[in-house]
Amino acid sequence: MEFLLAIVIGVLYASGLYLMMQQSIVKLVIGLGLLGHGAHLLIFTIGRVNRDVAPIIPADSKYLTGAFADPLPQALILTAIVIGFGVLAFTLVLIRETNRAAPAITIAQHEQDSGDVSRT
Amino acid sequence: MILPPSEQPDNTPTPAPLLGLNSVILDTAARALLPLLLLFSIFVLLRGHNDPGGGFVGGLVAGSAFALHAFAFGVQQSRETLRFSPRLFMAAGLLIAAGSGIYSLLLGHPFLKGIWSETVVLPAIGKLGSPFFFDVGVYFVVIGVVVTFIFTLFEDANN
Amino acid sequence: MTYLLILPILIPMLTGVVSLVFWTRIRTERTLSLIGVSALLGVAVALFLEVWNGGDAQILTMQMGDWPAPFGITFAADLFSAIMVLLTGTIGLMTTIYSTVNIDRQRVAHGYYPLVNFLLMGICGAFLTGDMFNLYVWFEVLLISSFVLLGLGVEADQLQGTLKYVVINLVSSTIFLSGLGILYGVAGTLNMADAAVQLAEVAQTRPGLVTTLAMIFLVAFAIKAAMFPLFFWMPASYHTPPVSISALFAGLLTKVGVYSLIRIFTLIFVHDAAYTHRTVLLWMAGLTMVIGVFGAMSQMEMRRILAFHSVSQVGYMVLGLALAMSGAEIVPLALAGTIIYIIHHSVVKSNLFLISGVVRWLRGSAYLKKTGGLITTRPYLSVLFFIAAMSLAGLPPLSGFWAKLTLVQAGLSIGHSWIVAVALFTGVWTMYSMTKIWSYVFWNKPKGETSPNFEKPIDYSFFELSVHIAPILLLVVATVLLGLFAEPVIAVALTAANQLLEPSIYIKAVMP
Repeated sequence: MEFLLAIVIGVLYASGLYLMMQQSIVKLVIGLGLLGHGAHLLIFTIGRVNRDVAPIIPADSKYLTGAFADPLPQALILTAIVIGFGVLAFTLVLIRETNRAAPAITIAQHEQDSGDVSRT
Repeated sequence: MILPPSEQPDNTPTPAPLLGLNSVILDTAARALLPLLLLFSIFVLLRGHNDPGGGFVGGLVAGSAFALHAFAFGVQQSRETLRFSPRLFMAAGLLIAAGSGIYSLLLGHPFLKGIWSETVVLPAIGKLGSPFFFDVGVYFVVIGVVVTFIFTLFEDANN
Repeated sequence: MTYLLILPILIPMLTGVVSLVFWTRIRTERTLSLIGVSALLGVAVALFLEVWNGGDAQILTMQMGDWPAPFGITFAADLFSAIMVLLTGTIGLMTTIYSTVNIDRQRVAHGYYPLVNFLLMGICGAFLTGDMFNLYVWFEVLLISSFVLLGLGVEADQLQGTLKYVVINLVSSTIFLSGLGILYGVAGTLNMADAAVQLAEVAQTRPGLVTTLAMIFLVAFAIKAAMFPLFFWMPASYHTPPVSISALFAGLLTKVGVYSLIRIFTLIFVHDAAYTHRTVLLWMAGLTMVIGVFGAMSQMEMRRILAFHSVSQVGYMVLGLALAMSGAEIVPLALAGTIIYIIHHSVVKSNLFLISGVVRWLRGSAYLKKTGGLITTRPYLSVLFFIAAMSLAGLPPLSGFWAKLTLVQAGLSIGHSWIVAVALFTGVWTMYSMTKIWSYVFWNKPKGETSPNFEKPIDYSFFELSVHIAPILLLVVATVLLGLFAEPVIAVALTAANQLLEPSIYIKAVMP
């Protein structure tokens, strides 16, 4: 299972980075999203993939006994997903607003528009 | 930018009131579902005390209830149903959550330490404690955030 | 007294929340923010005194929710953190005073003040946390606030600059997150102190793994700190927003990246200093200094020059960190130099940005060729700029001189004379850029097209003028005082450096 997940993580990172190298801004954002998912899956895999019970201490005992799943990776990923979701939504709105103020499809066009003012 | 158009200083003529989808089925369903979903969200919030659930999920459920309402009746009416600005929900939630942490600080414990009351025992959830208020705070923040998202996108799509 | 640890986070948060309630009531929001930031500064002073008076081994810690480390989230303030929080309070107050005249109603109505407060909360949180994942969360808090602050506007320039800033920072955050995942897998903990203990064990059997992890974090933080070769976002975005925002960013945001680098490369990743410090960090620091200063030479707009100089100055800060562990033995003086440099640079660079704002306010432009002649109409402003600029270039007896002197001394003491030569060479070119601004903006007669305001300097009200000048004056006084009373400053920095370079103190304070 870990092996399969490792390959998926690799593919996510690779395709994310590949998309980010493209000129189009939309592809850039999709690439960012994929990269984020790759990182989340990495945390998930590295937190050991197993089928143990949830780490809740039963009412009649004081300690956890037996095997249990590590809850921390899930907590980390949930936090990261919420943050990533908010930031990605902001990025999309920003891109739309930028496009409204200075229509362009690629980053390079934005550069030409007003990138380096010292040249003018 | 990035802010609901209603927040901007009003120097343009007000656009026509934003209407929903005007579907009888959706209207009726939404009217019935709004209170049910809100009730359910409070159930989820309280259940989070000892079981899976909690403020975050509860807030999402409540937020989606208002999203459904906005789809059926339009944003304008949803704002009126909500009564307070979503921003106030966020502010109130943050204040409640921070307050639950400051309470333990005032008692001389580390920030956010759970302080449990021995005397107050609530029927559904058991002993009352400061983590409960933290959860309530999260609940309101999430409602505020979700509703802001939905309303802003909705108004923007209609413009 | 441990509650002092949480107040620098709570105060901006509560101020921000109350400002949310008073949305669009500009006057109330301004007053609230001024009170809030002043309170933050007061608490920061109290925190600093508490840590400083406690002596060498005094580190305040607080376990959030009373969960013992390493299971819960720890907050810890050693002297270095306390200094950084103090800087945050100072720069925050100065830029907030300036923003009362600089930020237009539109921006205030769209949440400028709540955002600034949330930004300050994120910065203080990053300086005080003792947990890697919590550091990530504070990074995101301050990044999201900074995204919106930077993008608050409708000008195409500003939005395009923001887009670059947002994208590059998102990449950095993702790399940071990947690093966190691997750290958790390798060390089984995210608490900084515990990670230091665990990784020391791992490094004995698998040093390559730990070094790889160190490099992942290095890339993530180097982007935030704007180090070579990852600095391009900064000159592309810092000149676009209103000046009080760029001053706040220039003074504090890159410092968060530098702070994180110093924290992890003195506490966690110290097993292979010959590679991480003497090779990678030292080379990056040298190249950052040189490339930054050369970038500034080609620019003709005041704020772009200043942004490129920020890049070059980050090189100096990292230089000290690299030198501290490059020799046969640890050199606290080098790290002390870094700390002095951070203090000096925050004070001076935000100030220069504020001055660029006044120049634009007086002349309608900050392009060097469109200004000029300010020496005759605004002699006092010119003097203030001159002092700040010379401090940046490192002339005695100003604060920049002592910062550079400490670094040079530390570098020579362990025989790294080539990097000292690079640092001095960079100083010369910093002087060149500052002289360029000085001669174009202040000394020269105006050439070419001039803005309509030029011929008759408009009469501004006393209030407006004093609010513009007061923060600049205070910061100039600060740089002069830091220079004149260098001895106590160096003593504080040395104590902080000794604390940082003795990780056992930190580990014992967090996990008794």
